[in-house]
Formats: sequence, structure tokens, C-alpha cells
Amino acid sequence: MQITGSEAVIRSILEEGVETIFGYPGGAIMPIYDALYDYRERLEHILVRHEQGATHAADGYARVKGDVGVCLVTSGPGATNLITGLANAMIDSVPMVCISGQVASPLLGSDAFQETDIIGISMPVTKWNYQITSASEIVEVMSKAFYLARTGRPGPVVVDITKDAQFGMVDFKYKKCTRLRSYFPYPKVKQEDIESAAILINNARKPLLIVGHGVLLSGAQKEFEDLAVKADIPVASTLLGLSAFPTKHPLYVGMMGMHGNYGPNVKTNECDVLIAIGMRFDDRITGDLKRYARQAAVIHIEIDPAEINKNVEVDVDVVADARQALKALLPMINDNSHADWIASFDSYRDEEYKKVIEPKIDGSNSGIIMDEIVHLVSEKTGGNAIVVTDVGQNQMVGARNYKFNKPNSWVTSGGLGTMGFGLPAAIGAKVALPDRQVIVFTGDGGFQMTMQELGTIAQSNIDVKIIIMNNNFLGMVRQWQDMFFEKRYSFTEISSPDFITVASAYGIEGCRVTKRAELDEAIDRLLNSENSFLLEVMVEKEDNVFPMVTAGESVSNIRLE
Amino acid sequence: MEKEFTVNVFSENHIGLLNRLTIIFTRRKINIESLTVSESHIKGIHCLTIVINSTETLVKKIVQQIEKLVDVLKAFYYTTDQIIYQEIALYKVPTEALTSGSEIEKIVRDYSARILEVTPEYTVIEKTGHKSETQELLNKLKPFDLLEFIRSGRVAITKPMKELMVHLKEKEQEFDYTNS
Ligand SMILES: Cc1ncc(C[n+]2csc(CCOP(=O)(O)OP(=O)(O)O)c2C)c(N)n1
Repeated sequence: MQITGSEAVIRSILEEGVETIFGYPGGAIMPIYDALYDYRERLEHILVRHEQGATHAADGYARVKGDVGVCLVTSGPGATNLITGLANAMIDSVPMVCISGQVASPLLGSDAFQETDIIGISMPVTKWNYQITSASEIVEVMSKAFYLARTGRPGPVVVDITKDAQFGMVDFKYKKCTRLRSYFPYPKVKQEDIESAAILINNARKPLLIVGHGVLLSGAQKEFEDLAVKADIPVASTLLGLSAFPTKHPLYVGMMGMHGNYGPNVKTNECDVLIAIGMRFDDRITGDLKRYARQAAVIHIEIDPAEINKNVEVDVDVVADARQALKALLPMINDNSHADWIASFDSYRDEEYKKVIEPKIDGSNSGIIMDEIVHLVSEKTGGNAIVVTDVGQNQMVGARNYKFNKPNSWVTSGGLGTMGFGLPAAIGAKVALPDRQVIVFTGDGGFQMTMQELGTIAQSNIDVKIIIMNNNFLGMVRQWQDMFFEKRYSFTEISSPDFITVASAYGIEGCRVTKRAELDEAIDRLLNSENSFLLEVMVEKEDNVFPMVTAGESVSNIRLE
Repeated sequence: MEKEFTVNVFSENHIGLLNRLTIIFTRRKINIESLTVSESHIKGIHCLTIVINSTETLVKKIVQQIEKLVDVLKAFYYTTDQIIYQEIALYKVPTEALTSGSEIEKIVRDYSARILEVTPEYTVIEKTGHKSETQELLNKLKPFDLLEFIRSGRVAITKPMKELMVHLKEKEQEFDYTNS
């Protein structure tokens, strides 16, 4: 029996096991929305307030669920509103399929109403994209889209569907895509590379492990921990690797990079073997490359061959899925002990605690410090919440202070640093895993970039706990002006509406805290609220995030103040 | 050190591939000196030949990025001494210039060029060779009121003997298509 192209799109999404999609209707996507109406019981649709919100929600959904996030939008402005979210997912390797409507194929190229060349525009920010102009292409292209989004190094895909293709009729026989002639997603583990890596690891006296996003993407948390424990190697995390390894694990030494921890940054330039897994040596991790881990033999385990030697010249590369590589590596690893080396991190941890962390959380400051808030939330949730952040100081403070117990519990915009990511991403995370507590930390600036998504929360009744840490500034930029631009605060002071009133206009409960004495109780109220809750905490206006590897500096010259 | 590299890309013949490919260069501010798209000797596989000036470190990274494209089967880079290559150039001169007892015919012979078409108004000359050669001929013909000149992109045959299908077979051996 023939069905419409539109129905074929919906049924393809269902065949791929997707339960929820995020979208916004409009002229060129109306036939698909019409088909969705008949499937609304089987395929949940969350109506966002802006298509950018749909992309970040799909992104948050994908990250915590470990599956593809799906967006549905109209042509023209609907499609162009996807771009930031696509760029974000691309650079952070998040699997997404975004379906955009397009004008009917005879109108293509005629500057028709709401026609934009979304294929051309989205090319640099998608792993793959394709324009469907006939209903007969739908099944093949949709299955290809999902296959490409989720396999290998994941990424976002755009499928643009002309209106006539949506209206066209097609026989629906779904067949999942399992290979393409020109696409090589999973490099096979080469035994000789594993052997070279094992020799280096087994003979290392001061080895250091870096856990990256790839470990989460490949579901290799267990194998990673087994390696760390068996070979007794201290573990540092990238920003996106957070939650892959429990923060309180005795081998965990902290986060790498610009606002990472003291020990792992300094020790990067002391270790003899650096084992980086599922990461890409971003400049926010490495600082000055000429002074990065020069003394160390570097082992890079990474699925994307183009990442090998891209930024850091490595001694041994294992090009493979992290889990496959670790499974091959583990049997060759000797039981080992590096007690002295691991203990050598202690003095750095202590010094950082005494000089940086303690003064921020001991209540000695007149104003409330962001770190106090995250610290409290971390303790009160036992490290079991899903933590989402926006971008800026709130993000770095979140990363530095939450103590993760469970994997896939950290959702943040890493490579792109997209302000406005937090709230919609939290919506996606909650929809994906409704049984988990989802908390989003955001700044007053970033929140105002996508706060219209409060409407989504209200309409779809999504339980997200929002904590705005309001410093009246675009804090992270102000910090740079403070440190590198002689405190010339050029347009970084930002005013805000009364967020509590805004929330209440959406029927969302909230409260504002201005004094430290009120903080503890307010957090309890937030955590115990039955529904969404917005907590605004007025924090110290001009606090800076430390430690910091200033741009272009060496990681070993990380500043504590 | 910068030198000339010829990048050979074998791909599916899909709409948009060329765009994706050029983005890889433009994003890194690398100018494409010449670009030729053609069929390859294998049915359904297209070959793109791109000439750039770059360092070996950079060209290596670029080729890795190209191989990452979903529609690309395999990409290679070569230094100029690893390939046999040609470009074709066409020159249009007024036919007058030939008839008035000029040396054009001698020049054409000396440069192993040939006359492709003669009309009462214009004459078209063709020369195949390396850029320096077609350029030299251009300079020679300029004084004769040259009306038009065009040079094609590079076409190149590689010296190494390993055939593309062998490369592809080897590559297939090195990868899985699903993560089992
Ligand atoms: C869309 C976007 N625009 C601009 C920036 C640059 N930027 C990075 S951090 C930051 C300040 C963020 O301020 P706020 O949201 O108040 O958070 P805070 O740093 O104070 O925690 C800005 C403007 C960005 N990352 N993203």
C-alpha cells in the first residue's frame, strides 16, 4: 500500500527507534506536520519557541540518551535558525538528524517564498546533508541520515525535503542502512598499534590518562576504568569527558585545560607517557602547543583518523572506537603501581584547594560565589543529577565543582561555546531521561538568549531545575577585560528582567536569593519542587574563575590567581 | 616549505561534493590553483584533480579532512615529480595576423602547437603541455593582437603502479561498517 512521503518520514523516524522529536511548524513542512498528527500518540513532539531551541534540545537529548536527536522545522527562517545548533553538534560530535521543509522542487532556485539554500548554508556545519525532491528517495535517505549521524564519529545531518516530495506517494518498506561504499566509520584496531601502546604503558613510570568525550560516545567507561585501575594511572578529564570517570574515584586528578585543575595541567609537562582517549587536543586543553607534553610519549586513541597529528604530534596512534581499542589493549596491560607518582598530585590538589577552592566556598566572601552554589547542589544531589550548563563562568564553575557519580550526566557546549545552549539542552535531557533530576546552571546573559524556552517547559510540562547565577555581567568576558584589557568593561554590564516574575508569567515557580543564609533552603526548595523551578542567585559581581591557563600560555604556567 | 602539490580525490558523483571539497580549502585560506573534475577509469567513481601550493604538513592534513567526507572513497597527494601531467591551452588570434606574412605559423610549429580552426575572422591555436610552456606561447602570441586565451585545469596520471581498486580493497579491509 502506498503512503504519502510525509507519512514515510514519520514512519522512518519511528523505525529508527526515536521516541521524541523537537520542532516548529511552518508552510513548507506542513504536510509532515499533518502526517504527524495521526502519529502523535506514538511519536512525541515537543513544540519549542525558536528552532535554535529545537537543535539544542535535540543535542541535550542525544548526549544523555546516547542516541540520535531529531528536529523538524520549516524552510527559510526555520531552517536558518538551525545553524548555531548544527555547528554546536558538529564540533562536539553529537548525533542529530534535522529535517527541514523546502519549497516545491519546480520552485527551487527561483527565490520562492521562504526558499533558502539550506544545503549550501549548512554544509560546513553538518557531517552530511541531502535534499530530497521525490517521495521515492525518502526511505533510503532517512536511513542513510540516521546511519551517518550515529556511526563512526557522530555528527549532525540535515535532510531537506521539498513540499512535492512530502505530498508524493511511495511504497513504504523500511530498510536500515548498514554500510555505504564511500564511508568508513570504524577503523579496525591494529594489533601492532596496541602492542606499541601497551609497551609504552607497561614501562611508564609517570603515566597520565586523559578521558575525552569519545569514551562516553563509545560507551567505554568500564573499559577505561579497568585500564586506569589495572595499570594504576591517574586520570584527568577534558571538559566534555566529565562524568565518564567518577569525580570521587581515587585515581581522578581533575579536569584538563584552561580552567581545569592545577595538578593535571602542570603534570602534563612532567608525565612520561600521556594516553589521550577520545579527544582532539583542542587549544583550550593544550595551551601553547610548543610547550605541551614535549617530554612525554603521547598515545592517542581516537576514532577519527583526521585528528591524529592534527594538533599534537603523537608517538603511537590507535585509530579506533575507544571501546574496541580498550578491549584490545586491556589484556596486554600489566598490573602496575605508580603510588609515588599518584601521590605527587596531592600537593597540587591541596594547594589549589587552599588557594582557590576553599576561599570561594568557605563563606568568607561578602557576596555569594558561584562555586558555593554548585558545591551545595553537588552535595545535596549526591552527584547523581544530570548537570547542564550554559557558557561562561557558570559553565566553568559547574565543571569544576560538580562531583559526578554517573556517566552521561554532563551536558555542556564545548567546542562552540554557545551561549543560550543551557535551557533548551536541559529540556532535551529531561525529555530523554525523565527519571533523572536535571539541573541547569546558567548566567544572566546566556539565559536571556533562549529564555523563551520557558514557554516550552510550561506547555509540555517538563521538570527542569534552573539556577541562574546572576552577576549583572557577561561574567567571563568581564573577567578577560579585567585581566587583559585594563578593566575597561566595554559593554559587559548587563541588566536583566525580574526573572522570578518572568518565570511566574509562565506558571513556573521560583525564588531569588540575595543572602548566603537563604541559599541552602532555597536549593532544597528547588530540588524538592514537584515541577520546574527557577532559582536566581545574586552572586558576587566581579569574581574571576581560577586556575587559568591564559590563552597562548603553557599548561604548566597555569595561574592560581 | 611551500611547493606545488596535486591532490587526487576519488568520490561518488553526488551533488554538493564539490562544494564540500572546496570548503576544506577555502576554510584554511588555501587558494586552488586549478581544479579538474572527470570520470575515472572505474564506472561510477569520479576523480577530482586539485593543484595547490602548500606545505607537506598541511597538505597531509587536508587530505585527511577530504577522506573524512562521506562521499569520498580515497584521496591522495603527489609532488609534481610523482605525476605525468598536462594542461591544454587555446589561443584566439585574428586571422589577419596570419595572412600578413607573419611568423605565427613558425611559432606554432616551434611550440608543437596546432591550428584547430581557421575562419575568415579568427584562428584558434591549441597547445598541450605544462603551464610554463603554454604561458611562453601566450607571451609569443600576445603581440599579434591576441583576442582570447584559456587554459584548462591540470589532468594528471600518477607514476606509482598501485591501482585504485587495490587501494580501495585494502582500505575496506581496514574498516568495519558497524560497531560490533
Ligand atoms: C552566542 C554567544 N555570544 C557571545 C559569546 C561570548 N561570551 C562567552 S562567555 C560570555 C559571558 C557570558 O555571560 P553570562 O551568561 O552572564 O555568564 P557568566 O560568565 O557571567 O557566568 C560571552 C558574552 C558566546 N560564547 N556565545
